[in-house]
Amino acid sequence: MTRLLMRTLFAFCCAAAFSAHAQLTIEIIGGGATTIPIAIVPFAGESNYPLGVSGIVGADLSRSGLFRLVDPGGVVPRPARAEDVRYGDWTGRGADAVVVGSMVALPDGRTEVRFTLLDAVKQAQLASFSYVVPPAQFRATAHRIADVIYEKLTGDVGVFSTRIAYVAKQGTRYELLVADADGYNPQSIVTSKEPLLSPEWSPDGTRIAYVSMENRKPVVYVQSLTTGARQLVANFRGSNSAPSWSPDGSKLAVTLSKDGSSQIYLIGADGGNAQRLSTSAGIDTEATFAPDGRSILFTSDRGGSPQIYRLTLGGGAVERMTYDGNYNVSPRFLPDGKGFVFVRRDSGRLNVALQDFATRQVQILTQGSLDESPSVAPNGKLILYASEVGGRGILAAVSSDGRVKQRLTATASDVREPAWGPLQK
Amino acid sequence: MKKILIGVLAALALAACSTTPKQEAAAPVDERTPGATAPGAATSGAQTGSVAGANQGARNPLKDPGSILSKRSVYFDFDAYAIKDDYKSLLEAHGKYLQANRNAHMTVEGNTDERGSREYNIALGQRRADAAKRMMMLSGATEAQIDTVSFGKEKPKNPGHDESAWAENRRDDIGYRGD
Repeated sequence: MTRLLMRTLFAFCCAAAFSAHAQLTIEIIGGGATTIPIAIVPFAGESNYPLGVSGIVGADLSRSGLFRLVDPGGVVPRPARAEDVRYGDWTGRGADAVVVGSMVALPDGRTEVRFTLLDAVKQAQLASFSYVVPPAQFRATAHRIADVIYEKLTGDVGVFSTRIAYVAKQGTRYELLVADADGYNPQSIVTSKEPLLSPEWSPDGTRIAYVSMENRKPVVYVQSLTTGARQLVANFRGSNSAPSWSPDGSKLAVTLSKDGSSQIYLIGADGGNAQRLSTSAGIDTEATFAPDGRSILFTSDRGGSPQIYRLTLGGGAVERMTYDGNYNVSPRFLPDGKGFVFVRRDSGRLNVALQDFATRQVQILTQGSLDESPSVAPNGKLILYASEVGGRGILAAVSSDGRVKQRLTATASDVREPAWGPLQK
Repeated sequence: MKKILIGVLAALALAACSTTPKQEAAAPVDERTPGATAPGAATSGAQTGSVAGANQGARNPLKDPGSILSKRSVYFDFDAYAIKDDYKSLLEAHGKYLQANRNAHMTVEGNTDERGSREYNIALGQRRADAAKRMMMLSGATEAQIDTVSFGKEKPKNPGHDESAWAENRRDDIGYRGD
């Protein structure tokens, strides 16, 4: 209820009414094989604030599909500190972990948010932090707390504090937006009457490269998220598309058709000369850098059908990676560099799949009919992609083991072209 | 057959009310389609020629519905970028026009149907535009006279989700400078 209220409130506050329509709502469709039962006790003093923190922490964790929230109701008095916790109260309710905390107003208008994560079974403290923040930072603080809990209990880095970019289309209007990973706080980056696509975050999360057709052809822009200033990076004769950042953020791999067919080039992130990377008589596109920057994956039809290839930079050796099927496209490296996700077409259906470099084993992760544009979370555990339900473009997420599924929809827009931003530094 | 009929009707409609040469027969979604023609129109040129005489645009072969040069769209098979035999004479005519009019300049816009990767489709559409360009160069056009770009699947002429819509969207559109 408060969530709904806040969302409505947010819609009013939001500068652009359109952006509010393009806000995503996340629905969980499947859960992990095992879920960690966790009790999140409402923080002491939290009721003094219209927007609490513990509820957002709980929503983050349960949305991940890896946690099950244990109802803390009935435990009186509510513990707010580790020393107040009677472990039996929680193991008796089936909770393996307990989170307690408090919110205390400071004279300067800021608030001290404290939390402690406890292992109820081992009766041990796992983490305890405090943050002094203005009310505008409550959501961000909740995401940070959820990240700590997620990492302590799963061993993987949490991505609740990250952001995502996506394109919303309403009628003939296109808007590139950036929002928190939970869909809140959508900010308009650019709007256009012509298509916008292929947003890609710079590795430091301060810039986004994207393709715009506003000049009656595809060209590549890089836009600063801090100043809003944008730069035309690739506008050569023909088409300019498919930007991918080098891991150091200094260069982009782009697809240019200036020399006769769509080929992959390396260009400075500020523009400048383009250095050709791939050489084929056919189509080479959709480059994506390996996390170590030493190679790229890309899509090519050099073998007669679109397949994924790996090009080692410097040496120039090219190796074909996919063989099954006649349409394997849109590769994206996993952050550990051990595999990649891509889109496979089989019997007319397009689905997101994952391939391991060492074993070459392929796992099909999604079951839609038109799943495309996969983007991997910076912890490698979730893959965001575009899908379609009832003719509407939606975003969806699937865990890298295929078990957890989420659906992200916007009320009045088609949403597509998701890009998961990097971890906050 | 049905397609040809639609093509004829569209061309008739265009010719009948066309004192403004920019008027388009169809495709309100694709607001700037150069000289839009429906699929199949290329093969129905002879039938439409008879009603074009009174048209003011008849002086300009590019705009005369009776001239093959008014046909500006080339259609492709699924996942393919080979020019089909049906469209070779159309491209030859444009190539010869460019040869005879060295100041003329055109842009070929490649498009795909909605299936598959957005980025791969941009490359596929580009390939389709380049295939048309190559054929026109064989007929006498120079490289500098033809620009090629691709919209991939981003600007479908037919917003439908079936094979007839897809067939209409796998397309090159030719637009002359000053159209």
